[in-house]
Amino acid sequence: MPRVGPGHRAVLRTADVLGEAEPPPSSGVSGECVISTSSSSPPAAGAAAGHETGKASGPAVELHGITKRFPGVVANHDIDFAVRRGTVHALVGENGAGKSTLMKILYGMQKPDEGTITVDGEQVSFATPGDAIARGIGMVHQHFMLADNLTVLENTVLGAEGLHGIGARARKKIKELSDAYRLGIRPDVLVEELGVADRQRVEILKVLYRGARTLILDEPTAVLVPQEVEALFENLRELKAEGLTVLFISHKLGEVLSVADDITVVRRGTTVASVTPEETTPKQLAELMVGSELPSPETRESTVTTTPMLRVEGLRLSATDTDGAVRAVLDGITFTIHKGEVLGVAGVEGNGQAELVEAVMGMRELEAGMVALDGADISADSTRKRREGGIGYIPEDRHRHGLLLEGTLWENRILGHVTEPPSSRGQLLDLAGARADTVRIVGEYDVRTPGIEVTAASLSGGNQQKLIVGREMSHHPKLLIAAHPTRGVDVGAQAQIWDQIREARREGLAVLLISADLDELIGLSDTLRVMYRGRLVADADPATVTPEELGSAMTGAASGRLEQVQDAVPEGPEGSERSEGPEGGEAR
Amino acid sequence: MKKFDKDRLVLAFGAPLLALVAALVITSGVIGVTGKDPFHAFYVMIDFGSKSDSQVWIINKAIPYYLAAVAVAIGFRMNLFNIGVDGQYRIAAFAAAVVGGALTLPGIVQIPVIIIVAMLVGAVWAGIAGLLKTTRGVSEVVTTIMLNFIAASTIGYFLQDGRLAVKDGNLFHTPDIPASSQFFTIPTTPDPIDGTLILAVMTGAAYWFVLGRTRFGFDLRAVGRSESAASASGVSVKRMVVTSMVLSGTVAGLVGMPTLLNKSFNYGTDFPAGIGFTGIAIALLGRNHPVGMALGALLWGFLERTGTQLEFEEYAQEIVGVMQGVIVLCVVIAYEVVRRYGLRRQQRQVGEELAAQARKSDTDNKKAGVSA
Repeated sequence: MPRVGPGHRAVLRTADVLGEAEPPPSSGVSGECVISTSSSSPPAAGAAAGHETGKASGPAVELHGITKRFPGVVANHDIDFAVRRGTVHALVGENGAGKSTLMKILYGMQKPDEGTITVDGEQVSFATPGDAIARGIGMVHQHFMLADNLTVLENTVLGAEGLHGIGARARKKIKELSDAYRLGIRPDVLVEELGVADRQRVEILKVLYRGARTLILDEPTAVLVPQEVEALFENLRELKAEGLTVLFISHKLGEVLSVADDITVVRRGTTVASVTPEETTPKQLAELMVGSELPSPETRESTVTTTPMLRVEGLRLSATDTDGAVRAVLDGITFTIHKGEVLGVAGVEGNGQAELVEAVMGMRELEAGMVALDGADISADSTRKRREGGIGYIPEDRHRHGLLLEGTLWENRILGHVTEPPSSRGQLLDLAGARADTVRIVGEYDVRTPGIEVTAASLSGGNQQKLIVGREMSHHPKLLIAAHPTRGVDVGAQAQIWDQIREARREGLAVLLISADLDELIGLSDTLRVMYRGRLVADADPATVTPEELGSAMTGAASGRLEQVQDAVPEGPEGSERSEGPEGGEAR
Repeated sequence: MKKFDKDRLVLAFGAPLLALVAALVITSGVIGVTGKDPFHAFYVMIDFGSKSDSQVWIINKAIPYYLAAVAVAIGFRMNLFNIGVDGQYRIAAFAAAVVGGALTLPGIVQIPVIIIVAMLVGAVWAGIAGLLKTTRGVSEVVTTIMLNFIAASTIGYFLQDGRLAVKDGNLFHTPDIPASSQFFTIPTTPDPIDGTLILAVMTGAAYWFVLGRTRFGFDLRAVGRSESAASASGVSVKRMVVTSMVLSGTVAGLVGMPTLLNKSFNYGTDFPAGIGFTGIAIALLGRNHPVGMALGALLWGFLERTGTQLEFEEYAQEIVGVMQGVIVLCVVIAYEVVRRYGLRRQQRQVGEELAAQARKSDTDNKKAGVSA
C-alpha cells in the first residue's frame, strides 16, 4: 500500500516510460481516431495505443524539484512528476494542498523559486501565460473566462486574432477542431445562451485553437452534473486519442480513477506519490491525500457535557445564483452543540457551509430559523453583539474576513474585539493595552514575527492564523466557529492550532468545525455532520466512520446515519461514548 | 525591531522628498518650455510669498481649504469618495446665512446657532448620498456630484430679490448677519488673521482624535481597509457608510464659515465656489493626515498668492495651475510607489527572518535525528 512517511517518498510509477522525446505531431487533426482507449486500460496498453496512432509517449511535461514560497500561502516544495504524452494525468489532493499554485506555475502565472520545468525534453522558464501557450500548454480555468455577449466564434478568436483571422479561416479552423475532437461547437451562438457544459467545451476549444498540445483542466467537474461529467470524459478520451496530453486536477477520486492513466497525489504542497488506477483503490488514494504521518488531530478523551451551548433550529436562507434562479443555500438546518463538544461539518465546498457560518455570526439575514447561544436567543443580535456574547471566529478566508492585511499586528489584535478590554476602555482605544496584549499573544501562541509593528500581510499564513487563533482564544469564547482552521498552514502551526482547540474544549468550549480535511474532521470532532446542498444530510460517529463513507455522503450518495450501529439520532453526545480507539483513518 | 522603525522613518521622508524633487523638475521643465527662466520664477514666488501680508493672506485662504480637505479625508479613510463637499458647504453656508441674517441674538448664542445650522445642513446633504448608497446601492460619487448641481440650483432659486435675497448693485445676497454675530479676528499686522482658524485647528484635532483614538474611528478605518473583515469583526458597514457621510458633510458644512463669519457676512452670488474640489486635491496631497493636510492647504494658498505675482513678471498665468496639478500627481504617485516598496520590503524581511529560523530548526532537527 502506498502509505508513505515524510522522509521517503514512494514513487509507484509502473509505466515510467521515458522514451526519446519526439517532436509533437504536426497537426492535431489526423482524421478519425483509431483506438478508443478505455479508461481502465492499463498504461502499457495506453502506450501501445499511442504507438499505434503514431504518437510518441515520452514525457510531454516534466516538473522537477519545484519549490514556491510566498508569505500567507502554503508553499509548494520538491514537486516532482512527469506527464506522459497522449495520456490523461490526474493531479489529486485536498483543497489547499497546493494543486492550484502548482498549475499556476506550470501555466506561467507564478514563477517557481526553485526547480525546473521541462516541456518536450527542453527546459523552459515561463514568465507569463503567453510563454506557456507558445510552448503548447493551455489552461481551462475553473471559473470560465468568456464574454457572455459575444458569440462562440468571437470568444474563441478574442485575443488570438493573429492566428487565423476573425472571419472564414477562423470559422473553418473551429469547425475542424470541433469535428476532430467531437466538441459539438456551434460557432454563432451567443455564449450567454449556453449551459455550463457547453461553456466548458468552448473553453477547451479556445485552448486548442491557440495550438495547445497539453491541456490543464482545473477542477473541470466541479460545476457539472454526472451526465455532463461523462460527456466531458468522452471529450478528454478523444483528445488523448489524438495524441494530446491532459492534466486533470481534481479531488474527486471516483472520477480520477475512471478517466486518468496516471495519478499524482499532492499533499501539503508536495507530491507524495505517483500511482496508476490499476494499482490503487479509492481507499488508498484517500489515505494518500489525507496522509497518515501527520500529527494526529485525534481528540483523546471526551469532554462533551449535556449543557447545550449553541442551538440552531430551522435555519433557512436563499440566494439568487448567477442564472437568476432562487435556490435555498441553507434549508432546515438544525443542530445543537454542547459545552465541551466539537461538532464537525463535512461537505464539498459550496454546499452551504460558508453561509451557515455567516448565519451563526449574524452576517446574513435569515429567512427563518433561530440561533440560541447559552440559552439566549441571539437571532436578532448584530455580529458585534454576538461576538461580545462569546462567539469566537476563525474565518475560512483569513485575508478577507480575519485580518486587516495592511494593518499592524496590534491593530489586528483589536479587530473584532474593539469593544472589549484590553482593546478599549469606554469609547476610547487602549493602544498601550492592545500593544501589550499583542506581545503576549505573539509569545504564547508562537507567532513568528520580528515585532508587533509589522503589517499582517508580511507574516506567513501559519503565523497569521496563529495570531487569529490567539486573538479569538484570548477572549475566552463560549463558542468557537472554526472554518478550515488549518488550511494553508504548515504542519507545525497545524499541530499547535489543534492543541489549542483541544485545550479550550476541555475547559467547556463548544466548537463548530468546518473543514475539508477529513482527517482533521474525524480526529477533532465529537460529532460529525455532512452538509449537502444546504442541508445536513447525514451524521456519523467519528470513532468509526471512514473517509470513504463521509465522501459518499458529501456527494449526496448516502444519507442518514453513516453506520448501522444506531438509528438516525440527530442530537446527543453519542460521540462522547467513543473509547480511545484507533484514529478514524486507521479503522478501515 | 529598531531596524524596522528606522526603515519606516526613511520611507516616511522618502516619499515627500521624492515628490517635491519630481514636482520641481517637471515644473521647471514646463516653465523652461514657455521660454522663461524657472529659477527666477521660484525666486519671485518665495520672495513674494514670504512677505507678511502674503503670509496672512495664505493662512486665511488655507482655513476653508483645510476644512474641505478634512471633510474629504473622512470619506477617503473608509473608501468613500465624497466629491460633493462643494455642494454641501455651499448649501450649508447659504442656509446658515439666511438664518444668521434673520436672527438678532447675542453673538455668543447666534454664532453657535449659525455654525450648527451649517453643520446640520451639510450633514443632511451628504447623508442623502449615504442613504442612497446603503438602501439603493447608488455610488456616492454619482449622487454627490448630482447633489452639487441640485444645491447650486436650489441656491440660485432662492437667491433672488423677493425670495431670500436682497439686491445690491449687480449682486444678490442674503441679508447681512448682525455685527455682533461676526467672528473675532486675531489682530496681526498688516492684516488680521481670521478667528475661524480656531475652528480649523479644532476640527483637525477632533479628526485626529476620533479616527486614531476611539473605537468608532477604529471601526471606520477597518471598513476603509477591508469591508469584509470589518463586517466579520462586527461593524455594520451600512450604518458606517451613512455615519461617515454624515460626518463628512458636517465638516463640509464648516467650510463656508470662514467666509461667512469673517469676510462676506452674507451669502451672495459672489460667494466662493469650488473649495470642495480643492479640498480633494489637498486631502490627496496631505495623505489624509491632519498635519499633512494643513501643510497642503498652506502650500495651496502659497501657490495661489504667488501665482498672481508671476503674472506681473510676465510668466503665463496658467503656470500655477500646472504646478498644483503636478504636485498632486507627484505626491500621489510617490506615496504609492513608496508604500508598495515598503510593503514588499517588509514582507521580504520577515520572510527572510523566518526562513533563517526555519533553517536553524531544520539543522537542529537533523542533529537531533543523528544523535537519536
